[in-house]
Amino acid sequence: MTWLDTLATSLEAMRTHRMRSALTVLGILIGIAAVILTVGLGIGAQQQVTAQVEALGTNLLIISPGSTTSTTGLRGGFGSASTLTQADAQALASPVVAPDIAAVAPTTSSSQSLVAGSSNWTTSVVGTTPSWLSVRARTMSGGAFLTNADQASAAPVVVLGATTATELFGSTDVVGQSVTIAGTPFTVKGVLAPSGSTGSANNDDTAVIPLSAAQQRVSTGTSRTTVQTIYVQATSQPALSSAYQEANSELLALHGITNTTNADFTITNQASLVTTAASVSKTLTVLLSGIAAISLLVGGIGVMNIMLVSVTERIREIGLRKALGARPSLIRRQFLIEASLLGLVGGLLGAAVGIIGAKVLPDFISNPVALSMPAIFGSITVALAIGLVFGVYPASRAAQLAPIDALRSE
Amino acid sequence: MTTYLNVPPTFHSSDAVLSLSDVTKVYRNGSLEVAALRGVTLDVQPGEYVAVMGPSGSGKSTLMHIIGCLDVPTAGSYHLAGEDVSRMSENELADVRNLRIGFVFQQFNLLASMTAASNVALPLAYAGISRADRRERAEASLARVGLADRVSHRPGELSGGQQQRVAVARALVTEPALILADEPTGNLDSTSTADVLDLFDELRDAGRTVVLITHEHDVAARAGRIVRLRDGLVTDDSVQGVAGSRVPS
Repeated sequence: MTWLDTLATSLEAMRTHRMRSALTVLGILIGIAAVILTVGLGIGAQQQVTAQVEALGTNLLIISPGSTTSTTGLRGGFGSASTLTQADAQALASPVVAPDIAAVAPTTSSSQSLVAGSSNWTTSVVGTTPSWLSVRARTMSGGAFLTNADQASAAPVVVLGATTATELFGSTDVVGQSVTIAGTPFTVKGVLAPSGSTGSANNDDTAVIPLSAAQQRVSTGTSRTTVQTIYVQATSQPALSSAYQEANSELLALHGITNTTNADFTITNQASLVTTAASVSKTLTVLLSGIAAISLLVGGIGVMNIMLVSVTERIREIGLRKALGARPSLIRRQFLIEASLLGLVGGLLGAAVGIIGAKVLPDFISNPVALSMPAIFGSITVALAIGLVFGVYPASRAAQLAPIDALRSE
Repeated sequence: MTTYLNVPPTFHSSDAVLSLSDVTKVYRNGSLEVAALRGVTLDVQPGEYVAVMGPSGSGKSTLMHIIGCLDVPTAGSYHLAGEDVSRMSENELADVRNLRIGFVFQQFNLLASMTAASNVALPLAYAGISRADRRERAEASLARVGLADRVSHRPGELSGGQQQRVAVARALVTEPALILADEPTGNLDSTSTADVLDLFDELRDAGRTVVLITHEHDVAARAGRIVRLRDGLVTDDSVQGVAGSRVPS
C-alpha cells in the first residue's frame, strides 16, 4: 500500500464521518484563527505606535523644561519651569558645539483664537524657526514655509495646518488670506500637508508662525524670551546618542548646573517612546497569544479524542484490514495521516478565517490588524504537528489491536 | 510485502497445505485458565475441502483463528504451506495472512464505504500491487464469482448472498494456498446459502484448498472430509463419499 493509497483511505474515512471531522477541524480552526488574529493585533498595534512616533520626525530628541524648585523646596511638575531659551537653541544649533545635531527647532505653543472674516477657530499656535519643517518631518501642500527673513523681522505670516485652514476658510487653497491672531492680522503664507494624528493630538490642526512673531506679537509675560520645547534632529540614527550627550552637556553648562540630578530640563529620545509603547503592546500580544495557544491545545486534545473514538468505532474495520494483511505499521500510518489531515485542514481553514478576520476586523474596532506571514505559515505547521502529535496515541492503539479481538467485537 | 507474492508456495505436492501438530491454546482470564484447544493434530492436503464441525465451545473458532494466523498457539507447531508460522513475528504473520490465506467471514466484513471492486482489491493493496493491476485482478475475481456487473456497487446495494460472493472474490484475489471460511452461510437465507456453497464446490473442482467451519450438517455434507471437534480435541475425522472430492489416500 503506497502513501497515496493510505492518504486516499484516510480521506475516505474523513468523508464518511463528515460531521465529526468538521467539528474536530473547527476546534483547530478556532485556535489557529485566534493565534493569527492576536499576533496580527499585536503587530498592528506596534506598527501603529511606531508610525505615530515616527510622524513626530526622524532621529528626534525632544528637550522639555524641567521642574521648578521653589525656595521652600517644593518642586513643580514636569515642564513647569520656563528654563529653555532661544539662546539655548542657538547654542545647540552650532556645529562646533554639537556636531551630531543637524537641526534645532525651538518652539512655543499656546492656544489662541484665530479669526478669519466671520469664522473663528481655536487652535494651537506654534511659534518656531524655519527648521521646524524638516525637524518635524512635515511637507507643504501649498505656498511656502517660514523663512529666516520672516524670523528676523518677526513678520506677521502664518502657515496653517490642513484642518485649521478648512475650518477657517472652508478650503486649503488659502494662501494670501488674512487671519487675525491675538488681535494682530497675519497673512497666510502656506498650508501644511496632512500628516494624521499622534495619539490624541491632531497634527493637522495647528497654525505655525515665526518664533519672533510669537514672542513679540502673541505671547505675554516671561514667555517673551523662553521657549517651551526644543526639537533637536540628530544627523543620523546612530548619531542619536551622541547628539543626546552633546545637547545634555551643553545645556547643563549653559544653565550652570553641575549636579545632573538637578537638571532643569528633560531630553526625551524618540526611540525610547517607541520602546515604551512597543513593550506595552508586546505584553498584550504575549497574553493574547497565550490564550490562543491554549485554545490550540484544546483543539489538539479534540483531535486525540476524536481519533480514539474513531479507533474504537472502527475496531472491526481495523481487525479486517489486519486479517487481510495490513501490517501494524500501516494501520498506525493510516490513523496518523488521518489525524494530521484533520490538523492540516483545520490549520488551512483557520489561516483563511484569520486572514479574512484581519481584513474585516479593523472596520469594527479601531485597531489595525497586521498579517504576519511567519505567524500564518507557523500556525499551519503547528496545526499539522498538533494533529500528528495527538494522533500518535490513538494510532498506536489501533496498530496494537489483536486482529481476533478486533474482528470479534460487535 | 511484495517480495514473495509471485513465488509459488515452497511445499511439494505431497506436502500438506496446513499441518497442525499437537496444537494447544490456553486462554488466561485473570487466574482462570481455559484450554480452548488441548492438542489438535490435523493435516490438510492441497485440493481438499474440509469442514470443521463442533458445538459452540468446542474450540472450533479458536482453531479457525490459529489456522488463519489471527492468533498463535500456546504450544505445538503449525506449518502453513511449508512455513512454520507458530514462531513468526507480527509483520510476518500479516504477510502470511495477506498472501497465503483468503478469509470468508460470517459477517461478510466488507467495508461499507468502498465499492465491491475496491473491497476485493484491498488485500492486493496491502501486497503492494499497482493500482491498475489491482483493478484488473479485482474485476477478474468478481467475474469469477458471477458479479462482473456489480463491480461499482457498494455493499449496501447488494444482497446478503451477493455480499458474501464479493467476500469470496476478495478471498480468491491473492491466489492463496488456503481459503478459510468461518460460518460463511450463517447469515444467509437458503437460496443464498446454496449460491455460496455452489461457489465453494466450484473452488474445490478448480483444485482449491478450502477449510470451512460450520455447525450446520447440510453445509458440512458438501465437504469431502469432516473434522469433528469437541472440548478442544478432534473426536472424528472422516472422509465422505461425496462425488468430486479429492481426498488423498
